Amino acid sequence: MNSKRPDVVATLAGTMATSVSRRRLLQAAGIGSAALAAAACGAGGGSSAEPQAAEDLSDTDKTLNWSNWPLYIDIDEEAGTRPSLDAFQEQTGITVAYTEDVNDNNEFFAKVRTQLEQGQDIGRDIVVLTDWMAAQWIQNGYAQKLNGELVPNRANLLPAWQNVSFDPNRDYSLPWQSGFGALGWNKAGVQAALGTDTLSSLDQLFDPALKGRITVLSEMRDTMGLILAYQGADPSNFTDDEFSAAIEYLTQQVDSGQIRQVTGNDYIAALESGDVLAVIGWSGDMIQLGEDFGVALPESGATLWTDNMLVPSLAQHKKNAELAMNYYYDPAVAAEVAAYVQYICPVKGAQEAMEALDPSLVDNQWIFPNEETLSNAYVFMTLTSEQNEQYEREFQKAIGN
Amino acid sequence: MVAVVPAAGRASSTPSAQKSSRTGYLLLFPGIAWLAVFFAIPFVTLFLTSLQKPIEGQSGRYAVGLEFGNYASAMAEYWPLFVRSFVYAGIATIIALVIAYPLAYFIAFRGGRWRSLLLVLVIAPSFASFLLRTYAWKTILADEGIITSTLNALHLLPDGRILNTGIAVVAGLTYNFLPFMILPLYAALEKIDPRLIEAAGDLYASPATAFRKVTWPLSMPGVVAGTLLTFIPAAGDYINAALLGSTGNRMIGNAIQINFIQFRDYPTASALSFVLMAIILVLVFTYIRRAGTEDLV
Repeated sequence: MNSKRPDVVATLAGTMATSVSRRRLLQAAGIGSAALAAAACGAGGGSSAEPQAAEDLSDTDKTLNWSNWPLYIDIDEEAGTRPSLDAFQEQTGITVAYTEDVNDNNEFFAKVRTQLEQGQDIGRDIVVLTDWMAAQWIQNGYAQKLNGELVPNRANLLPAWQNVSFDPNRDYSLPWQSGFGALGWNKAGVQAALGTDTLSSLDQLFDPALKGRITVLSEMRDTMGLILAYQGADPSNFTDDEFSAAIEYLTQQVDSGQIRQVTGNDYIAALESGDVLAVIGWSGDMIQLGEDFGVALPESGATLWTDNMLVPSLAQHKKNAELAMNYYYDPAVAAEVAAYVQYICPVKGAQEAMEALDPSLVDNQWIFPNEETLSNAYVFMTLTSEQNEQYEREFQKAIGN
Repeated sequence: MVAVVPAAGRASSTPSAQKSSRTGYLLLFPGIAWLAVFFAIPFVTLFLTSLQKPIEGQSGRYAVGLEFGNYASAMAEYWPLFVRSFVYAGIATIIALVIAYPLAYFIAFRGGRWRSLLLVLVIAPSFASFLLRTYAWKTILADEGIITSTLNALHLLPDGRILNTGIAVVAGLTYNFLPFMILPLYAALEKIDPRLIEAAGDLYASPATAFRKVTWPLSMPGVVAGTLLTFIPAAGDYINAALLGSTGNRMIGNAIQINFIQFRDYPTASALSFVLMAIILVLVFTYIRRAGTEDLV
């Protein structure tokens, strides 16, 4: 997919970089995170439902502390710089401390939870979290309301992202990038097993010919979202019974040995090695695997997840954070980032801006999905903490206690 | 004369004895402080956490409590994982012993001037990250890899694969903790005076009898230390099960991790950690008492 990039080195570097992708680091990060959670569990104190604002030092202290996922912003491989970020620093005189320390929503939350609950500044002005975690932050008052006047480019948010249940007017959050939970497969392997090199439905994924050669994601929302849609339920609005039915289906597939493993990012390596022939995986990662591998949204429906920028409660440089958000909602800048990270770009006008940057990417459905593509993708229902706990438990139980 | 000598002796020994005992405490201090900060306090915290009760309506938040029921519910749900963990760790320990003993024996008695080099070779893989080494096993055991395809050609694999089965988990555990078996075994074997084995031969013991009556009993401290050093971390490990196992191969470490990170159910996770510790302690005590009183002394 990268074949028309300016030069081969950048292409290769880009492919390597994105194919390790942010989510692949998840597993490694999990190891340290148990300890962090252990540390966090001593947390007491009351949580404030209302976000707190700190005195904004933005005007005097021209800095911005930004926590994002690894490999999630444009990087100039040769110079080792981040061009769009450098341009922002030059334009505004703000020094950005950009840290790639979000490897996993739960792990990151475990790390900063104590401070949030005790009403302390977590030392970050922007954090980037996936929908459901962003929802929890907003719900618990850990995120501050954005000042719309400072983020006029917010108007560039595409309609599909405008109405989310956890933040109906996008008062608190702005999407950074999105991606699909989708089907991915090894073309040659699937051809040998099923007699076709294209997958379009979960029927094929769960075909006994692929027994022991498929994996699904350990991210409950993506795996269950696809199964719910497959069973005719609406992943963005389903009942307990529908969820139970989907869990039952998953349990059968696990018990029969159809599903080989439930993984975080490991499925990429398993697809590459040929141990696994078909998966439920994340679009951005799988696109990078190249021509020998296929990616598709299942006919019955895929999941659409979004990572959102938030300003944590008590952040000291809220205005700087808002300036940065505004800057990244400039279509030209958004296109620059999207061309590198190859995830779905939520910014209106970026598609047109891409024309100048890399025409081959303009009609790329994985970066600029059209209405038709999006109509087949569901944002997973917003869960209450209780529902979340209950569903996570049922899911974990199904995938093997 | 008689009275003076002890008096003089006492007079001269007392200050130095006091001094040395004070030095002793001073020397102990860093160790005790370390234990207090990094063991005693976390230990108590963990125990108290395991007794906390959830705050109504606030998922993931807990209040101080005395909920001993946490233990019952945790055990009711996860006891099969305890059993599996100890079975896997037990098998891995036995295999490690079988592999490590001849190797340590060879290095100790036949290594000659290559001994140090051989020992370095044993430890060298540990310089690479634990995680990387476990990932490497995914390649070694891959479905299209030499090992799996050879065994498949012989129809020896019921599932047609090794990776993502219990076999792979046990293999990973065995490999990862093997150095902890080899080193204590080597230390014990190396101390054995070869003349004792010669003497057994002189007394008409067959090599097998000499091994059984002389070498094996004398190497027992190494066997006990090695099996403990292998079994304990293997029982609590979760990386191998996570990377090499499948859905049905989770160990108790995985359950603890999931409860901590995924569910934020700190009381259950703490209770499981505590039970794991307690079971291991009991096993270790029983084991040391049996092995210790009869064979070690």
